[in-house]
Amino acid sequence: MKKGLPAHFKDYRHVWVFIELERGHVHPVSFELLGEGRKLADKLGVQLAGVVLGPPGEATWFAIAEAFAYGADLAYIVETPLLADYRNEPFTKALTDLVATHKPEILLLGATTLGRDLAGSVATTLLTGLTADCTELDVDADGSLAATRPTFGGSLLCTIYTLNCRPQMATVRPRVMAMPQRGNNQVGRVVQHEVPMVEEEIVTKVLGFLSDGQSAKANLAYADVVVAGGLGLGAAENLKLVKNLARAIGAEYGCSRPLVQKGWMPADRQIGQTGKTIRPKLYIAAGISGAIQHRVGVEGADLIIAINTDRNAPIFDFAHLGAVTDAIRFLPSLTELFTHRLSPHSRDKLAN
Amino acid sequence: MHIVICIKQVPDSAQIRVHPVTNTIMRQGVPTIINPYDLFALEEALGLRDSHGGEVTVLTMGPPMAEDALRKALTYGADRAVLLTDRYFAGSDTLATSFALSHAIAKIGESFGTPDIVFTGKQTIDGDTAQVGPGIAKRLDLLQLTYVAKIASIDLNAREITVERRSEGGTQTLKSKLPCLVTMLEGTNEIRRGSLDDALRAARSQIVKWSAADAGIEDLTKCGLRGSPTVVKRVFAPPERAEKAEQIDTTEKTPRDLADELIAGIFSRQPGLENELAFNGGA
Repeated sequence: MKKGLPAHFKDYRHVWVFIELERGHVHPVSFELLGEGRKLADKLGVQLAGVVLGPPGEATWFAIAEAFAYGADLAYIVETPLLADYRNEPFTKALTDLVATHKPEILLLGATTLGRDLAGSVATTLLTGLTADCTELDVDADGSLAATRPTFGGSLLCTIYTLNCRPQMATVRPRVMAMPQRGNNQVGRVVQHEVPMVEEEIVTKVLGFLSDGQSAKANLAYADVVVAGGLGLGAAENLKLVKNLARAIGAEYGCSRPLVQKGWMPADRQIGQTGKTIRPKLYIAAGISGAIQHRVGVEGADLIIAINTDRNAPIFDFAHLGAVTDAIRFLPSLTELFTHRLSPHSRDKLAN
Repeated sequence: MHIVICIKQVPDSAQIRVHPVTNTIMRQGVPTIINPYDLFALEEALGLRDSHGGEVTVLTMGPPMAEDALRKALTYGADRAVLLTDRYFAGSDTLATSFALSHAIAKIGESFGTPDIVFTGKQTIDGDTAQVGPGIAKRLDLLQLTYVAKIASIDLNAREITVERRSEGGTQTLKSKLPCLVTMLEGTNEIRRGSLDDALRAARSQIVKWSAADAGIEDLTKCGLRGSPTVVKRVFAPPERAEKAEQIDTTEKTPRDLADELIAGIFSRQPGLENELAFNGGA
């Protein structure tokens, strides 16, 4: 079977997905991972488990029910008030302990701030391999996890194996994998696990949490329509053209990396390899040349529209439809026409 | 206060090109820079030293040429630079890298004083994993504070640190203890221009160079390729999309006509969108 794998690692079976639960909300990336984990488990002929770490209460059990609805066969749960807000120490301890006890073959986490903070600690504690930001997961003929990720800023892809160590760990960014269909099943086998911990042992304390609120920060990754600007906009003040169009069609707005580096837009609006991965139904890229780093972040969009003066810009290699023109001159007209075309519908909706 | 900061010399990824035939990275002529996120961490470290006193030691693991990045860090005002370089480190993944760096940090502690804080950038722009910082913290049994936007306060007497940390959907304020490891976010501070004194000092400074043995690493099987549980099996170019974009030509078209044509093109490809957009916005 698996070449060179030490005998004691052969007990490691099943695919686990860490269900990210922070302040009562399951991060959608966990469902995307369950969809991917299901495929891996089926290929390996093993079970898929969701792992929920949280405080006692409804939200934690709701997360388990959702894991079943999205395809988990069973769920592991560690339930303690110490896991109410994310802190590295208790989460690392709980997840490491679960893995050591129940021995998964593959462990997947979302590449969110929480997931990356936790995955690095857990992998180092267990002295196993961890592959970050995978864009494709598969199992090869001998049952090893083949994790593909962009390298060199997205210019190339590489496939990585974790040899001679278990579990095989990987993180995947939100929106890289498609959201699976939600089923009706909300029950399954639940394995409760106790981890001896007391608050006094945990050095780090949460003093407060300031939510970004609904509108203050971009919810780019999950937006259905996104408009973004690039260096072709020429100056920071021209970003209002992008924002105006976004407002007119109910879109989120973002930008390519150089704009963040110039300080024209905050980093959490950046789209691409080092920013957000998006998967909208419609993506309009204005004045973006389409470097490979950007392409990696937008390829999942259903329809990509490019506006660029350079007809040979790389963006036209992966866009579906393009206008070869100056975005600065063109965006106001596009915004006006969209508004004109859409407004009768809005009036109808309001009338109804 | 003694602060150790880990930096990495990286190729300026914005200027990397892939050879169209061989699918290999064309490194020639690509300038190297200090990983941009590490610069924010460096500035934070220097600022803390300036307000609380103490020293900043900058550490990198890499080939001999990584000395350039260290010298640059000295010109910004770091007090001391350590280069961890040995052929045994070649091919290290994040687990092996954190192994080597944690030994070097322990050795820095023995040689120049135990660090109160170890800084790293949130991730590098070539690897993009954000795994080495947490790896070092775990190896050295340090508390880890990742994605820190701001160090709100440090109380050296009470050995306490309070930070603002970005998380999904908000900012967490955490109080923890020194010593700890902090990974810094981007854009939180502007890197200083070093003074002329710093530049002169940097030019004269001796950079401490350590091999694996110098850093006290006995088990070389935990270094480099041998110490890396992850192995790159295959490197390949992303598949090309079969069709290129249909380009609407602008010749002799007013922006209005062009917009009309583009919108028609959008709705003919995605007929369902029109109602959805109208519902979301359009008023």
